[in-house]
Amino acid sequence: MLELQNVCFSVKNGGEEKIILNDVSLKIGERFVAITGPNGSGKSTLAKLIAGILTPTSGKILFDGEDVTQLSVTERARRGISFAFQQPVRFKGITVKDLVSLAAGKKIGMNEACSYLSEVGLCARDYIDREVDASLSGGELKRIEIATILARGTRFSVFDEPEAGIDLWSFQNLIAVFEKMYRKVQGSILIISHQERILNIADKIVVIAGGRVDREGAREEVLPHILGSSACRALTDKMEEANGRD
Amino acid sequence: MDEIEKMLLLQVADLHKIPEGAYNIRKDGAGEGRRSTANIEIAERSDGNPGIDIIVKPGTKRESVHIPVVITRSGLQDTVYNDFYIGEDADVLIIAGCGIHNCGKQQSEHSGVHTFHIGRNARVRYVEKHYGEGDGNGENVMNPTTQILMEEGAQMEMETTQIKGIDSTERVTRAELKAGATLVIREKIYTHGKQFAKTDFSVDLNGDGSSADVVSRSVAAQTSYQEFISRINGNGRCKGHTECDAIIMDAARVTAVPELSANNVDAELIHEAAIGKIAGEQLLKLMTLGLSEQEAEEQIIKGFLS
Ligand SMILES: Nc1ncnc2c1ncn2[C@@H]1O[C@H](COP(=O)(O)OP(=O)(O)O)[C@@H](O)[C@H]1O
Ligand SMILES: [Mg+2]
Repeated sequence: MLELQNVCFSVKNGGEEKIILNDVSLKIGERFVAITGPNGSGKSTLAKLIAGILTPTSGKILFDGEDVTQLSVTERARRGISFAFQQPVRFKGITVKDLVSLAAGKKIGMNEACSYLSEVGLCARDYIDREVDASLSGGELKRIEIATILARGTRFSVFDEPEAGIDLWSFQNLIAVFEKMYRKVQGSILIISHQERILNIADKIVVIAGGRVDREGAREEVLPHILGSSACRALTDKMEEANGRD
Repeated sequence: MDEIEKMLLLQVADLHKIPEGAYNIRKDGAGEGRRSTANIEIAERSDGNPGIDIIVKPGTKRESVHIPVVITRSGLQDTVYNDFYIGEDADVLIIAGCGIHNCGKQQSEHSGVHTFHIGRNARVRYVEKHYGEGDGNGENVMNPTTQILMEEGAQMEMETTQIKGIDSTERVTRAELKAGATLVIREKIYTHGKQFAKTDFSVDLNGDGSSADVVSRSVAAQTSYQEFISRINGNGRCKGHTECDAIIMDAARVTAVPELSANNVDAELIHEAAIGKIAGEQLLKLMTLGLSEQEAEEQIIKGFLS
């Protein structure tokens, strides 16, 4: 269970203070929680605050009752928080197998490494020895990023727009990955997404707008409000743009 | 022991095995063992200089030559000249390594001058590993010079690795390529402490259809200093590419100096250089997998140099 208490985050922009998140309080204990909202509303910032990449200007973050606000990225990871980047990082010389092994926290066998890749729809044999570098496409990289989270198997996982850059055909596959994850998860999955198919499997939906929680509640309750609204049209546009890419 | 030291140790082990095929082992400035094979002859030099001639018969396929050099005595200055004559159409693997175990207080130095005469359409893969270790205050110095003379259609792939251990090194590589010859060089260097490493490549692409691809990947840590000089002269219809990709850490410094001369309108020459510290987001990604910052750094460097 993860809890944000009155979390604020602001940056100084040449003497001027810019508030990016404003007094966000949230409890995430459900198996599958989706965060949605317009571009620039602060969703990625929220995810980075949870992973420890950013530290709140004020407010607290609790994980299973422990105050983790001041803990480093490493310490939070070791306590069971995983984070899939919106823009995955590339590494020269580190292979897919190396990265999946590092994620698993131990040397893993070929079979195990391959099983994570197969789960995200990559033919393991073709990818296992490839370098996680510029030779991979954006969509391939996103799937490898998801595989590292599967390999970690922690109690709390955050995915930042996992569907971005993944083509329409693979998207079906991705939905299946998350549906399967939903059945197996031993804790909570927090997923930032604009995809109706993903919002559809969420137990709870949180809408962020302008750095605040705009709406929060069970899927049945929130979904009708965002479908057909102007916000949602913007989201659909973005989705088409993402699918057109790559 | 960190990940990088483990990699170094593996290389030490490699060097001490009795090799297969032809070999010549040199220890503390003298011959320790030698074996010629039916197709590869290893002989004392005729000009009186220390070193050997390695003669590979034309058409020799898939054979290997190992020529390790080991220095265990502190204060030894060893210069050795090795000449390789690779016959036409031959295809061989040559492994040279130099290890200095300098536990004394004096400077140990090894300078290897290797000259390759590569016959028409012959192929050579040349792997060179350098390492030094020592717990005294002695200095390990290595100055390898490699000359490569390539006939029509010859191919050479040269891999050199130097990880920690060597306090000072100036490596000079000169190559001349005739028509259709191909040269690929991959260099990996890791310096730390107050080490100094200079690499100086100079390639003359003389023949039409010749090509060279020189890539250096290096890591400079602490107060070490590296210089990378790459010179390509395109004298015919040729293709040349050099690349220097360096990670700097702490107070280390790296200088990359490219020099491309196109002396023929059909010469195509490219140089790329990127020097910078480890990207913050690479460290962060590995930290989100539970690695400490230092562990993340080690993994990134190990991958970069692998
Ligand atoms: N370090 C920063 N400095 C200035 N502005 C920032 C910084 N980080 C994010 N922002 C701004 O904060 C807003 C929220 O960004 P982000 O969390 O990435 O939004 P989202 O993921 O919802 O699209 C955006 O307007 C973005 O430009
Ligand atoms: Mg975002």
